[in-house]
Amino acid sequence: MVEWEVVIGLEVHTQLATKTKLFEGAPTAYGAEPNTQAGLLTLAMPGTLPVLNREAVKMAVKFGLGVGAKINATSVFERKNYFYPDLPKGYQISQFYTPVVAEGYLDVILDEGEVKRIGITRAHLEEDAGKSLHEDFHGMTGIDLNRAGIPLLEIVSEPDLRSAKEAVAYLKTLHSLVRYLGISDGNMQEGSFRCDANVSVRPKGSDVLGTRAEIKNVNSFRFVEKAINYEIQRQIALIEEGGTVIQETRLYDSDRDETRSMRGKEGANDYRYFPDPDLLPVVFDDSFVEEVRKTLPELPAKKRERFKEQYGLADYDAAVLSTSRDLADYFEEVVRVSAASPKLCANWVMVELGAVLNKTNTDITQPPVSASALGILIQRVQDNTVSGKIAKTVFEAMVAGEGEADDIIAKRGLRQVTDSAAIERWVEEVLKANPAQVEEYRSGKERVFGFLVGQVMKASKGQANPQQLNEVLLKKLTQ
Amino acid sequence: MALLPEEVRRIALLARFELKEEEIAPFTDKLSTILDMVEQMSNVDTSHVSPLSHPLDIHQRLREDVVTVFNSRELFQSIAPDVLAGLYLVPQVIE
Repeated sequence: MVEWEVVIGLEVHTQLATKTKLFEGAPTAYGAEPNTQAGLLTLAMPGTLPVLNREAVKMAVKFGLGVGAKINATSVFERKNYFYPDLPKGYQISQFYTPVVAEGYLDVILDEGEVKRIGITRAHLEEDAGKSLHEDFHGMTGIDLNRAGIPLLEIVSEPDLRSAKEAVAYLKTLHSLVRYLGISDGNMQEGSFRCDANVSVRPKGSDVLGTRAEIKNVNSFRFVEKAINYEIQRQIALIEEGGTVIQETRLYDSDRDETRSMRGKEGANDYRYFPDPDLLPVVFDDSFVEEVRKTLPELPAKKRERFKEQYGLADYDAAVLSTSRDLADYFEEVVRVSAASPKLCANWVMVELGAVLNKTNTDITQPPVSASALGILIQRVQDNTVSGKIAKTVFEAMVAGEGEADDIIAKRGLRQVTDSAAIERWVEEVLKANPAQVEEYRSGKERVFGFLVGQVMKASKGQANPQQLNEVLLKKLTQ
Repeated sequence: MALLPEEVRRIALLARFELKEEEIAPFTDKLSTILDMVEQMSNVDTSHVSPLSHPLDIHQRLREDVVTVFNSRELFQSIAPDVLAGLYLVPQVIE
């Protein structure tokens, strides 16, 4: 029985968050009426010429700096020639021989906490194509060119990935990075972050690459994992039955969870790249790169380390809280406002807030409770105004839109009682009402203590300070 | 460098040229002549010359990221062969 090794390389197309297209000043907003954002250049009208968007170039350089890559001081745009109505020019302006970014890497944390360095072969700028709509338009195809010409950064990894899980970990890290850098919104539903996977298998120990299949059309992390796993099993089964893998493009069908050959396209692709005579070489001086370097934010890996050091967070908490810049900023604001222990804040953000975000299917960019409002609530726990348990009730009310923590505490009379006379009264009431349990406790059954605590807490409507309650109850029982 | 008729058919397909069968032979000859002429240049030693991507010795100027193109769909679609609900309609391209 041969043991197989899986070899995966990924190509990610990420839409850059520029206001206008790569070569034309037409807007890029998502969801506009069809063809209202396609100007003369996008329509390939004669006499139009492309003019390169400075911001897109900056974003590409920013990405290169974020992955420790070499920035090519001179890069050239080439034409990739093919006829398809979603690109009226008959070619896509792309980069082939001299991309902006070359030879970088991304450190990916795997499940077991192991860090694996994945090589990034290159990243280049190119224009997106329009959308073809194949619904029934009297046997015709409908074309919307709003997306045509939007800048894409195509990021190509080395074939360093060895499982579907690793591929997903790499993608998530890359996704987090482009969002940190602010170069893409990374919205996968809207197609801002799309992935093609090159998958092959070889006998373990071999250093020759097997024939690869390219899987297209995967638009979620979950589907990437499923599509790759399907493809691995397909290739192994094929080879073990004596067949051979052919180099081809396959489409992933998420409904049937399988990949299917796109036959008919094979051999038709001959892109005949050549330098686009409409565009001059792009040359940066060092000052351009340095100017971009100054705009680099703190990157995820660095932030994670800082969270461990500065806040004393555990590996897991630091990793979760640094996955997105928005989440990290939210957490830091909570810590700042509450002046409470970072660990307590981390729990609130990850557990309580996380649960609400999950339930309402929203993310941290639209928090149901602002960071400063949550910070104030945690401060009320820290200064003993409310117990941790009551704070959860207050939080629910805040999520429901009932106002700020202090208003809710006052309105609902949830302020924690630290008045020892009042606590003693509740304790005495409970002891009087439960003589049997008191007797049991005094005869050695100490677990009755928990029951009595619960009764006192109930008598106080949850408002007694738990430490004081414990102390008073213990004192009274052992008197 | 002599081209084969199949190669000419393929080049025609890639360029979306519709060649009649009787045009294949003359095109094969003419294109081969052009390639022969280009091939003479292979005799020149270019090992010290880096590839030229553009004859002008100047660099690309960059544009600021500001919207300068506004919606003119109605005007553009007034000359389109067929439109529907804002879409350009083209012969079906899916297999």
